[in-house]
Amino acid sequence: MGLNTRWIELPVVHKRLLLFSVAAAAFFLLLALRLWYLQIISYDRYTERSMRNRTRVLSLAAPRGPIYDRNGVLLVDNRPSFTISVMRQDVDDLELLLAKLSELLEIDIASLKERWTKGSRFPIYRPVPMALDVSREVMERVTEHSTDLPGVLVEVFPVREYLEKGSEAHLVGYLGEVTEDELSQNLFEGLQPGDYVGKLALEKAYESYLRGQKGQRLVEVDVKGKLLKQLEVDPAQPGNKIFLTISRDVQRAADQAFGDQAGAAIALDVRTGGVLAILSRPTFDPSLFVHGIESEDWSELLADSRHPLQNKALSGLYSPASTFKMVVALAALREGIERSQRVIDCDGSFTLAEARFRCWKKDGHGKTDLKKALRESCDVWFYQVGLELGIDKLEVAAREFGLGAPVGFPLAGEKSGIIPSRSWKRQRFNKPWYGGETVIAAIGQGYVLVTPIQLAVMTATLASHGDVLQPQIIQRIEDWNGTVLQENSPKLIRHLDFPAEAWRAIDKGLVAAVNEPHGTGSAARLADVIIAGKTGTSQVVRRKSDEEELGEQQEVPYRFRSHALFVAYAPADNPEIAVAVVVEHGQHGGSAAGPIAKAMFESYFKGQQQSVATVLDEGG
Amino acid sequence: MMFDRRLVINFDWVLLITVCCLAGLGIVNLYSATAGWAELSTPFYLKQAIWFGGGVFLALLICCFDYRHLEHFSIPAYLLTLGMLLFVLLLGKTSMGATRWINLGFFNLQPSEITKLVIILLLARIFGRTALPDGYSLRNLWLPALLLACPFVLIVKQPDLGTALLVIFIAATMLLFAGLQRNTLVFLGLTAFMAACGGWFMLRNYQKARVMTFLNPEADPLGSGYHIIQSKIAVGSGGFWGKGFMAGTQSQLSFLPERHTDFAFSVFAEEWGFSGSLLLLLGYLFLVVWGIYVARRAADRFGMFLAIGVTAMIFWHILVNLGMVIGLMPVVGVPLPLFSYGGTSMITTMIGVGLLMNVSMRRFMF
Repeated sequence: MGLNTRWIELPVVHKRLLLFSVAAAAFFLLLALRLWYLQIISYDRYTERSMRNRTRVLSLAAPRGPIYDRNGVLLVDNRPSFTISVMRQDVDDLELLLAKLSELLEIDIASLKERWTKGSRFPIYRPVPMALDVSREVMERVTEHSTDLPGVLVEVFPVREYLEKGSEAHLVGYLGEVTEDELSQNLFEGLQPGDYVGKLALEKAYESYLRGQKGQRLVEVDVKGKLLKQLEVDPAQPGNKIFLTISRDVQRAADQAFGDQAGAAIALDVRTGGVLAILSRPTFDPSLFVHGIESEDWSELLADSRHPLQNKALSGLYSPASTFKMVVALAALREGIERSQRVIDCDGSFTLAEARFRCWKKDGHGKTDLKKALRESCDVWFYQVGLELGIDKLEVAAREFGLGAPVGFPLAGEKSGIIPSRSWKRQRFNKPWYGGETVIAAIGQGYVLVTPIQLAVMTATLASHGDVLQPQIIQRIEDWNGTVLQENSPKLIRHLDFPAEAWRAIDKGLVAAVNEPHGTGSAARLADVIIAGKTGTSQVVRRKSDEEELGEQQEVPYRFRSHALFVAYAPADNPEIAVAVVVEHGQHGGSAAGPIAKAMFESYFKGQQQSVATVLDEGG
Repeated sequence: MMFDRRLVINFDWVLLITVCCLAGLGIVNLYSATAGWAELSTPFYLKQAIWFGGGVFLALLICCFDYRHLEHFSIPAYLLTLGMLLFVLLLGKTSMGATRWINLGFFNLQPSEITKLVIILLLARIFGRTALPDGYSLRNLWLPALLLACPFVLIVKQPDLGTALLVIFIAATMLLFAGLQRNTLVFLGLTAFMAACGGWFMLRNYQKARVMTFLNPEADPLGSGYHIIQSKIAVGSGGFWGKGFMAGTQSQLSFLPERHTDFAFSVFAEEWGFSGSLLLLLGYLFLVVWGIYVARRAADRFGMFLAIGVTAMIFWHILVNLGMVIGLMPVVGVPLPLFSYGGTSMITTMIGVGLLMNVSMRRFMF
């Protein structure tokens, strides 16, 4: 043990040891300060980053609001759509799984693989959809085999279901994927590409009410993005319920009565302006759009010469033809009520200067007053009265009835139509107005063009003796708890001041047209309700020689046939419902459009009787 | 070998208990850090406990003979270590781009770890024999410098820059303690600074990347900056009280890499917060100060230098590891003594602890 010399304690060594201790402590203090900085001062920042590391937000689809008719009958609902998805993190043997799925889903392996590859771009915590909207049987088959199918799950999404197949496609509209353009708008805030939004009609116009609010699922993931557990759920809020003014039964009646024909039909509640039925034909199946429309179906719809995508009730332009005669008569009666007694001898034609204007009845109506002129739709009476009245006064009256301008319907796509005037003609053709043009305008032909919804408003105004009401489609909107968010009351746009006798004279003429012998509208007659109505036949071709050559219209090619119109209201003494029907190329207003109006009235009054009967039953 | 009664009386219980506490915490922390891992036949925390048990046994074994005998072994041990380092360089086991291990079948021997201990022994022998009242000058230092240079170069070649730097840090600490003349101190300080600058150009790309990453980890958050960022998030999100045992999201959900080895402290800091980390830091500070205290009470200069060397080794490991995981230093693969999982680190540390205890219990032997 002699190698180590005994060491004598030196103060300098002790000092150095103390120095080393202090130095070590200083270094540790530095570490402690750094920890303080990280864990106390920067705590919030790092906590947020740690949260961002481990959590992901998955959105939960909100069911869209259902749509009901005026009696609470469901028109549009949501149904559960089953999607078979695969959670990638739980798959061991992909080949085996795809083979099994292919058998169960009856989809070939190649397309399953394609979907798998497509889905691999998603973050791993999102399931890859393998089959969209499968039937309940397939869903049950997959569920039965779930133990052999690790990672496979059935996801349920709400999908729009249109219960009245196609009959109100133009009314309800459809959904489509939100576009880039829409995503930049405020209305679509919070949506992501791939979400569906309303693209047409009600679905579009009331998008913000119907959409609801997406929910969120906060989940925990690990470093590979594998989903571990659910942390929080903020459930989705379903969209609001919309109650329409529509009556499903009247709508259905119109739909059935229309058959295969093209055109439009509208029924208005005379007292409120609520739309009882609105129909445009031909139509299309909005279900085609539920998962995005196939391009074949789309081009087929576009190519159809009868324009199934056009809502003819709002944007179809037609000459009102004889349905315009009431406006002419009223305008004339405002100038002098005695004109209702004016008797004109109709010999089948009317001559102005060189030109000869024919009545639809070649042999003429003989001595004709207003009532007979309305009942039998004598053109000559109106040629004469219209000419005396002049285009200026005629235009004023037509505009008062809401013709030639949009009625302000809540759905988009309304057209204006044309009520001609001197200034209009100068602007349009740079030519003066001719008297002959007044003569043609007096029977609703020539330049005059209106939409079916305008005709319906006009008819309702005739029925109410002067109340022009805003047509409405929404009765009320309720949220999911039943709180009423919006309730529409009748909105009077203006009241028309015509002599009471004038209104009554029109009523009489229209009642006669439907209910008396020689009336043109007898096809709409009902046994127990008195209907007041007026037919119209709007010529599509002006070439009279051709028409003459063709003789009886049975053989006229479809596109040259006249449009058939019918407007009516009932009950005549206390009107509740006003109807306007246009059947494209239906030839005769009475025979083609009349029965459709009749069907709508029938359905409406049957419903009334039933509810009266129920009240009586309950009372007794 | 006689066994003196005084050895039992003077046994350094404080040191043993401190070490047991720290290692115990380390094992508990490992239990949490590796909780979600696939079942191994022997889980990591258990393996670590076994290593620690072996380490304690080894430390007690070292206590059995007088440390002064070691002075004789220092030169053969040094030569043997040099031989092993050469062997590693030529025939060693390569893993992750570095050749550091000799496969002994049951155990991968890492000669660079042994080098730390051998250098401590050798320098303790040199500085212990010659006490210079005015301090060392360059003239007296050529031999230790040469003896240090040989293993340093071999370790850098592996490449294992972390260990090489630690060897330098340990040697420098012992030299500072031995005392330097003022001029020499200034000269060596400048040389070290210039060497550090020049060394930058000799660094390998991954090493340069680590330094750059340390300077700005956010520049490459998914690449080389990933470790440091995730570690800082783990530590920072721990807050004052921590997220709770087994509840650290950064560690349990695997965002934190290397969480059972180099980044074990991040797991601890996340789950136990500033309060727990401070406590652990105090524990380590106590260990270091106690090591210095052992040196102060050592019976002879060799024992004192031995104690200083071992303490320096432990201290620099702690500082480099913690500095790395809390973003004060570049990422250098240095384990936290008694805390990070790994047999080699545990055994090296426990041999050092054994030497400290040996010096401590023989303070009254003369």
